[in-house]
Amino acid sequence: MNIVVCAKQVPDSAATLKVDEQSRVSWGEAALVINPWDEYAIEEAIRLKEKFGGKVTVLTVGPEQSKEALKQAVAMGCDEAQLISDAAFEGSDALATTHILAQAIKQLGGVDVVIFGKQAIDGDTGLVPAGVARRLNWPLLSYVAKIDELNPGSKSIKVTRLLEEGRQSVGSKLPVVLSVVKEINEPRYPSFMNIRKASKLQIPTLNAAAIGAEAGKVGAAHAAAQWIKVFPPPAHAGTCDIIAGDSPQAIAVSLADKLLAEKVI
Amino acid sequence: MAHNILVWIETFRGKAVPVSYECLGEAKKLAKGGTVTAAVFGENATAIAHEAITLGADRAIVCEDATLVDYRAEPTIALLAKVAIDLKPTVIMAGASTRGRDVSSGLAVELEAGAIADCIAIEEQGDQVVVTRPVYAGKLLSHVVVKTTPLIITTRSRAFPMPEAVAGKFGEVTAVAPVLSEDQILTKSLGFTVEGEGEVSLNDARIIVSGGRGVGGPEGFKPIVELAKTLGAAVGASRAAVDAGWIPYAHQVGQTGKTVAPDLYIANGISGAIQHQAGMRTAKIIVAINKDAEAPIFKLARYGVVGDLFQIVPALDAEFKKRLGK
Repeated sequence: MNIVVCAKQVPDSAATLKVDEQSRVSWGEAALVINPWDEYAIEEAIRLKEKFGGKVTVLTVGPEQSKEALKQAVAMGCDEAQLISDAAFEGSDALATTHILAQAIKQLGGVDVVIFGKQAIDGDTGLVPAGVARRLNWPLLSYVAKIDELNPGSKSIKVTRLLEEGRQSVGSKLPVVLSVVKEINEPRYPSFMNIRKASKLQIPTLNAAAIGAEAGKVGAAHAAAQWIKVFPPPAHAGTCDIIAGDSPQAIAVSLADKLLAEKVI
Repeated sequence: MAHNILVWIETFRGKAVPVSYECLGEAKKLAKGGTVTAAVFGENATAIAHEAITLGADRAIVCEDATLVDYRAEPTIALLAKVAIDLKPTVIMAGASTRGRDVSSGLAVELEAGAIADCIAIEEQGDQVVVTRPVYAGKLLSHVVVKTTPLIITTRSRAFPMPEAVAGKFGEVTAVAPVLSEDQILTKSLGFTVEGEGEVSLNDARIIVSGGRGVGGPEGFKPIVELAKTLGAAVGASRAAVDAGWIPYAHQVGQTGKTVAPDLYIANGISGAIQHQAGMRTAKIIVAINKDAEAPIFKLARYGVVGDLFQIVPALDAEFKKRLGK
């Protein structure tokens, strides 16, 4: 099995974010980490390799510092890593990113399964997995909560998808693009051996030319969607009205009065 | 500026999902006299198309072919792309559900057009459509524009009101053939298990009663579920409660769970970590019930009770049963 995981480096979910007048976002001393959803993708890829053999290649699109995220993925058990990086990629939107990743996957060749986390916690669009599937013209199995069956011989896969109304059982053919949700597994901690391996690993950087990315489809100048302003949400107006009373019943009466007056019940 | 807008009406088991109609209402506003076309595929599509017309669409395109009965990304995207190429809308819209996200992204690739997910507000500045959407799990907001035509937008559940139906409104409904035949579709739907049938869904809920670490165990959710029943509310949970195995993941609200926007959110025994806030901070009224007066949730809450949820929640349930005649 030739498995690819697409991961992204993002500010830690506990980070307090600041944004300046130029819409530049900063996160102070908070760490950059692997996108939490991608940890489930990495874990699932490693489990598939452990079951069926083969290798896991982790890809990320981003600046040089994203290599730290790739090292973390290798420390968890991925075999190889590639940084897809080019000054021309800066400012790419989700659509451009689907082109870059699809090209990177094509350049690897012979891939059976591509796994994504369901979305990245920075841009939060959740658009990339489906777009990459379309570009590759491979089936998309998104929001996967369980891989029920995988048969490398017949190149078939059966999964359970977690949707708003419940669970859908779906079968499809390899090669396939998956996006996974939290329920699928519990990501492992890096092992000592793999941490040593990761620290020594020379991670190759592939630029636009190396993956055959089209200049007219990437970067800020060609991003179809552009963030023209980033700003903090309006502050919560007013302070908290603490409801006190002699008994739980008395508190319940005052709180019920308030909520009925707010017309939210 | 007038826009011709194509709205994908997502369906499940022969019914439109609520976010699709919220989206349709917003499309009607944005169209400013342009034509709003609803695209409805699958079981019961024609009846749903007529319903969509009473809710704001000017006309509808339907396909009831067997390949589109159980939603699958491949045939849905292929047919929508063909409809879009024929109609040349300036804007394509759908609800920001799991399916809407996949469809919008697939269409973006097919049409080489920009897509914006999770829209919570739309305004026009000159000729430009400016979309507001949360980023970084709602810690920040962004204004996004798209320079391609069409512009593809998915709208978040409950960000826009459900439109009022205009009884007896008529519009043309046109049936179209599917683009892909069954043997061209690699994905096969093998079954669907509906979960929480009869329960209120978190995404569409007007009221959510939620429990966190403070509920102490699976048993602790009993008074919370009871209050939710009384109020016709959905049951939510913090990550701590889900990770402890007290309640299934489908109930999790927050950065690695669902993002919700109810009118009322009652947080019981939830401290209000920044990751939880990311999923519920846009609730209109937040009530916090917590033993710890210093819990960050009180900074977000409109009303707070410092006390034992196992005393307060049953008392509140009894009080509402009385007031609501249940």
